[in-house]
Amino acid sequence: MTQGIDVVGVYVRDQDEALAFYVEKLGFRVHTDVRNGDYRWLTVQHPEQPSFQLGLFKPGPPVHDAATAQALHEVVAKGAMPSLVLAVDNCRAAYERLNARGVEFTQEPVDRYGAVDAGFRDPSGNGWKMIEARPTKSQSRGAQ
Amino acid sequence: MNQSPELLRRLLRAKDRMDGASHEEWPVRRLAHVSSVSPAHFARSFKQAFGVPPHRYLLTRRIERAVALLRDTDLPITDIAFQTGWKSLGTFGRIFRDITGENPGNLRTRERSAPHGRRHMPECIVRAAHRPDLKTAVSEKRRRMTAERMENQSTEVL
Repeated sequence: MTQGIDVVGVYVRDQDEALAFYVEKLGFRVHTDVRNGDYRWLTVQHPEQPSFQLGLFKPGPPVHDAATAQALHEVVAKGAMPSLVLAVDNCRAAYERLNARGVEFTQEPVDRYGAVDAGFRDPSGNGWKMIEARPTKSQSRGAQ
Repeated sequence: MNQSPELLRRLLRAKDRMDGASHEEWPVRRLAHVSSVSPAHFARSFKQAFGVPPHRYLLTRRIERAVALLRDTDLPITDIAFQTGWKSLGTFGRIFRDITGENPGNLRTRERSAPHGRRHMPECIVRAAHRPDLKTAVSEKRRRMTAERMENQSTEVL
């Protein structure tokens, strides 16, 4: 693929903390981690999705003035940024695994209209939906 | 006064817990414990962060769930009232009317007759979009409506 969306970023309150969360807990990999003075360009990747990077960016200089950075930190901490969606092939198994690693779940797996979804947050406050789509009819007969 | 992102993150945890179990009882003491804030400061901090007092936020979540159950299931209204956290059917009906402006039964009938295209939107977004907008306290809204009714000298049967 030569055209398409390559990097999408989320704001995090602490890049080391975010890196530990996305790599050690969610199982992502580091794609790029470079510094230029105080600035740190940090992106991670889902192991099965090499064409896409998730940026873990910290609001602050040189991109933001202090007041703007503070406002962005507040918005993230209030959970006001849009939710991200993680596609998984088994939501309940992923829930068990991530919950055991200490991921902060906001919603346990629920069956809804033939799909199972759960919700969690990263340490900064970014919300994630974890969704397992059920393609076949026989599988969608699961318990409510 | 600005709230620190660290405090906001802890207040968000209390909001998340109400979202996850709105049928449960959420006294200020319990919420304050989730947020590691003193009960004396919790309600004010929550309102400053999210624009509504915690109890009012909880009511909107319960009514939102009740609306979804009325729309999407055949559960009797009594069951829906108890499942969404009310202890009496009377209180449920009164607050439901105060917030949505109609009876649970009427809303069910109307929702089911209206076509909708919500299948392509994530469920959590749909629910947030249909969340009742409670800008004033329920009791205040009721008082104001009563006052208006008296002014209009209306005789309509409720």
